Amino acid sequence: MKPEEISALLTEKFGARILESKLGVVSPWSVVEPAAILEVCQFLKFDDRVLMDHLELLGGVDYKDRIEVVYILYSMKHHHRYTLKVKLPRDNPKVRTVESVWGVANWHEREAYDMLGVEFEGHSDLRRILCPDDWEGYPLRRDYKFPTRYRDMPV
Amino acid sequence: MEVEYSGEVMTLNMGPQHPATHGVLRLELKTDGEVVAEAIPHIGYLHRCFEKHAENVDYPGVIPFTDRLDYVAAMNQELGYVLAVEKLMGIQVNNRVHCIRIIMAELNRIASHLLAAGTYGNDIGSITPFLHCFRDREMILDFFEQTCGARLLYNYNWIGGLMFDLPPGLEEKIIEFLNYFEPLVDHLNRLLSYNHIFIKRTADVGILPPERAVFYGVTGPNLRGSGVEFDVRKDEPYLGYEDYDFEVPVGKGEFGPIGSCFDRYIVRILEVKQSCKITRQAIAKLTPGDVQEAIPKKVKPPAGEVYMRTECPRGELGYYLVSDGGTKPYRVKVKSPCFATMSAFREISRGAMISDIVAIVGSIDIVLGEIDR
Amino acid sequence: MGVMDGKFEENVFITSLDWIFNWARSNSPWPMSFGLACCAIEMMATGASRYDLDRFGSGVFRGTPRQADIMIVAGTVTLKMATRIKRLYEQMAEPKYVISMGSCSNNGGPYWQYGYHVLKGVDEIVPVDVYVPGCPPRPESLIEGLIQLQNKIKRETIAKKSEPAA
Repeated sequence: MKPEEISALLTEKFGARILESKLGVVSPWSVVEPAAILEVCQFLKFDDRVLMDHLELLGGVDYKDRIEVVYILYSMKHHHRYTLKVKLPRDNPKVRTVESVWGVANWHEREAYDMLGVEFEGHSDLRRILCPDDWEGYPLRRDYKFPTRYRDMPV
Repeated sequence: MEVEYSGEVMTLNMGPQHPATHGVLRLELKTDGEVVAEAIPHIGYLHRCFEKHAENVDYPGVIPFTDRLDYVAAMNQELGYVLAVEKLMGIQVNNRVHCIRIIMAELNRIASHLLAAGTYGNDIGSITPFLHCFRDREMILDFFEQTCGARLLYNYNWIGGLMFDLPPGLEEKIIEFLNYFEPLVDHLNRLLSYNHIFIKRTADVGILPPERAVFYGVTGPNLRGSGVEFDVRKDEPYLGYEDYDFEVPVGKGEFGPIGSCFDRYIVRILEVKQSCKITRQAIAKLTPGDVQEAIPKKVKPPAGEVYMRTECPRGELGYYLVSDGGTKPYRVKVKSPCFATMSAFREISRGAMISDIVAIVGSIDIVLGEIDR
Repeated sequence: MGVMDGKFEENVFITSLDWIFNWARSNSPWPMSFGLACCAIEMMATGASRYDLDRFGSGVFRGTPRQADIMIVAGTVTLKMATRIKRLYEQMAEPKYVISMGSCSNNGGPYWQYGYHVLKGVDEIVPVDVYVPGCPPRPESLIEGLIQLQNKIKRETIAKKSEPAA
């Protein structure tokens, strides 16, 4: 299926919960309402025409006014790819977890929490994965201040 | 397999410093005697802040940092990033650059699989194949040294071209090496792969069924060892791979259920033979040309985003690149194949014994630089 | 270093004892396998067939720190790992030496500028005897570092050190 067809299918099924789409670029994407992301992902995985069984990437990007979580989905059977995005406010980024749909999302979401502070509601084990457990701050945010000391070691 | 707790559960730490964990990985084992009820991996001991560096240096300056992600197969890491930037900028390179990139990537794949096989044998207890594999790997590193001056971390694939052209006479030397090396793969099979002890230790251990492998996003030889035929080079070809003739080996369950440690290992050995075949074809397709003609003076991609994936020796490596039109990337996110495989580790290792944990970690062939970035 | 250290005044008997101890300690430095990152691959290559480390007495890489003489810190030291390195160094028995291999463990390496999680040099937490530069250092460089360490060990003495002038 072409990206235009997938985008049309999504707007047909979910209507106004798909906020905007950008097609005709190198990587086409659609923005989804944060409350609807779990349903959209379940639809995209189990519907026979789309069958996105491979979550390629789940990552966060910090723009100045918002934090975006990007989901890049791929179908091993139909060989098509589509990108979903969720726009979250910077002071309170919260979204539902999709770890029940794709198991690999568990670790990807822990990393997004560690690096950007996005909270995934319903996650079974949301704690830091790369930085130590007593680390302060979210390193990949644009306004991150580099620490000078950690415990008793100079950085 | 369900494990009943017949006694006390002891928590053991297979700590960051361990001869058999292939790097700084910490496994928290909850054991009941010798049987492991739960093996929880803890990572982050090699977190080197790659993504923060990538936001603060310019586009060509990110290439040496990508080398250091999966340091065993550095050519493939650079290739993924460079192809992502070229896709965003719309740069086309000539046939010579394509062929040389394929030669380097496949030679690096052979070197990486040799290291995986050698260290896996070392973990299981057989020291001789380690020395044999490293002897052959050194010859491949000699070719890289003659081309770009470095043995392990190259900075060779540049945006729009390559750092240097191949030195004269290297193609004949590579063909000579391949003629010498291909019979040695059978020698390695007799020494290690079909050794009775090796088969007993790996053939019934660490079973990963194909549906669970896809659920956990496992790719590469680990997925092919579970019986799923999926290779990015055939699925979404890049660099002209659609014109090359090669097969994709899949685990067949020769000595036990499909998806065991043995299957994942033997897929790597079969892939080494396929890589030799591809390298010969690439050398035959080489045409004269200038490898630096498409390199832009200043790398300033238009604003936008791109996702590019390539087939690394460890699986499917993806680069998600966001550009805001400036000289530095806005965001580079790396999807590393070993990260997905480690997230499946808890499931693969349930019910194994402690010595089986060593066999499982070796068979999924992780490199911590890629997981922790 | 060790039990006999600093118990004797300098005399000619000590020079022969010195020579024996230093000969024994320098010709069999058993490393602890402590590869962290890319330099670990070069350390493995140094111990493998082409650049054989066994001819210098360092062939056996011990898994446990309690049986090792030298700790070759090969690779980037992160803050999460630094507490473990300190503990492992303290678990090693005297006489013990540290070789810092590669630019990451010398002073932070390529990650010096924006590495919030990288310790800029392992000498912030353990005393280092020899620094081997390179990224990664060639196996020949590591062998040169090991030979420098052997020369350093040969210059040691078990005699009492003289008091500094008041």
